Amino acid sequence: MIPASFDYFRPSTLDEALEVFAGAGEEAKVLAGGQSLLPLLRLRLAYPTAMVDVGRVAELRGVADRGDHVHIGATTTHDEVVRSPIVREHCPLVALATATVADPAVRHRGTFGGSLAHADPAGDLPAVALALDMVFVVRSSTGDRTIPAADFFLDYLESALQPGEILTGVRVPKLGPGWGFHYEKFHRTAQAWATVGVAAAVRQTNGTVEEVRVGLTNMGPTPVRAAGVEAAARGVEAGRNGSLRQAAEQAAEGTDPPADLHAQPDYRKHLARVLTHRALVSASAHRSPQT
Amino acid sequence: MARISVEVDGIAYEDEVEPRLLLVHYLRDRLGKTGTPIGCDTTNCGACTVLLDGRSVKSCSVLAVQVDGCDITTIEGVSSDGVWHPVQKAFHEEHALQCGYCTPGMVLASIDLLKDDPDPSEEAVRQGLEGNLCRCTGYCNIVRAVRRAAQEMRVTTP
Ligand SMILES: Cc1cc2nc3c(=O)[nH]c(=O)nc-3n(C[C@H](O)[C@H](O)[C@H](O)COP(=O)(O)OP(=O)(O)OC[C@H]3O[C@@H](n4cnc5c(N)ncnc54)[C@H](O)[C@@H]3O)c2cc1C
Ligand code: FES
Ligand code: FES
Repeated sequence: MIPASFDYFRPSTLDEALEVFAGAGEEAKVLAGGQSLLPLLRLRLAYPTAMVDVGRVAELRGVADRGDHVHIGATTTHDEVVRSPIVREHCPLVALATATVADPAVRHRGTFGGSLAHADPAGDLPAVALALDMVFVVRSSTGDRTIPAADFFLDYLESALQPGEILTGVRVPKLGPGWGFHYEKFHRTAQAWATVGVAAAVRQTNGTVEEVRVGLTNMGPTPVRAAGVEAAARGVEAGRNGSLRQAAEQAAEGTDPPADLHAQPDYRKHLARVLTHRALVSASAHRSPQT
Repeated sequence: MARISVEVDGIAYEDEVEPRLLLVHYLRDRLGKTGTPIGCDTTNCGACTVLLDGRSVKSCSVLAVQVDGCDITTIEGVSSDGVWHPVQKAFHEEHALQCGYCTPGMVLASIDLLKDDPDPSEEAVRQGLEGNLCRCTGYCNIVRAVRRAAQEMRVTTP
């Protein structure tokens, strides 16, 4: 279908974007890669009265090494994230998960910040943001603020962003040596969204698991941190034959997965347990030779 | 209305467009470039794939205003002086199409894929074309065609 009419603004600086956005009314939307927004407009499921296209605001784009963290600009495309040597070296879990998002053409347009701001619990990056304790950097005409990932995802398609606020970038803390990572995604067809996904990070010393982080995709109205698994996995033997399976049994604890064409909640809970085990085993096997 | 200037298949255009006009509608309805088909309403099928500044995008999910100042290549611009692009030729020779509806998108996505990987494995071709659906061929001949084109392009451009 043809989208409904809207006013279009294409600022070239962040200050200009904030000014335009503040004055564009309550139904105005930021347009980044458009890979979630334009499909919604085409189906006439969204009716923004104005769109503020931040696609050409140079300050919002790019990856930078900032010492203890990596800064990923909001409009950095999925494709740029996957290719970034800084991301691959310091936050490989982000690269692994982003490579599973959609398909190459969508990854050429869709952005890192757009995926997070959209707050879709079926998206692959929100669970990674939770697992890595990313920090969201947000600006409005009244100033800057930061939001920890744990406080960012409020409900289905609802984030902590307030009207007039633009996500400028995300800080991804560097985890340091000894960590391994894996993103395990279960989906029915190649470019489909995750039925369930598991983002896992495992730190081990001499075959013993010291610390685990697990984020779950599509197991509730928001991404979920699997705290039960994280507690149960501490101190167990790494690898396929250790007790990671028992730890993974906690994966569905406290989740509220949706029912849709692809899966019922009980099946999603089963998947969460199985996939968490796989993700933990792979993450402990793929320890990156980080320094 | 917004003013855009855009280069499509090597020709520069200046136009007034409504912000809500999709790139695929601009190409088809305004420029008459009906070589780019529309296959779905959900950004899934990839039939509408074109190259935007050299990279594949789904033209049904880009606004015409967003490509102001950019360079677009459609299926109508990939041959040169009447000589088919090696990917077009290989699709023909390997019978990589039946109804042909997915073919423009497949060809452009393949050209993009071969830029990154001049010698893709079967698996790499299947991954690279995951955003393009074909309801006829079962994909086997498409994969064969892309690998054949890769081989030819390696020979002709050393
Ligand atoms: C066929 C298809 C398959 C897909 N499969 C997957 C998948 O498997 N996994 C997955 O994770 N995603 C998938 N996606 C979604 C894709 O990742 C999108 O790129 C992403 O969800 C949105 O990013 P965008 O830049 O395109 O955002 P847009 O569509 O431009 O915006 C999305 C939302 O975020 C807001 N927004 C965007 N940027 C900002 C900002 N800087 N500040 C404040 N608000 C902002 C917008 O206002 C809008 O509400 C798929 C999309 C398609 C079309
Ligand atoms: S028409 Fe199907 S992806 Fe564009
Ligand atoms: S040849 Fe018919 S859809 Fe591909």
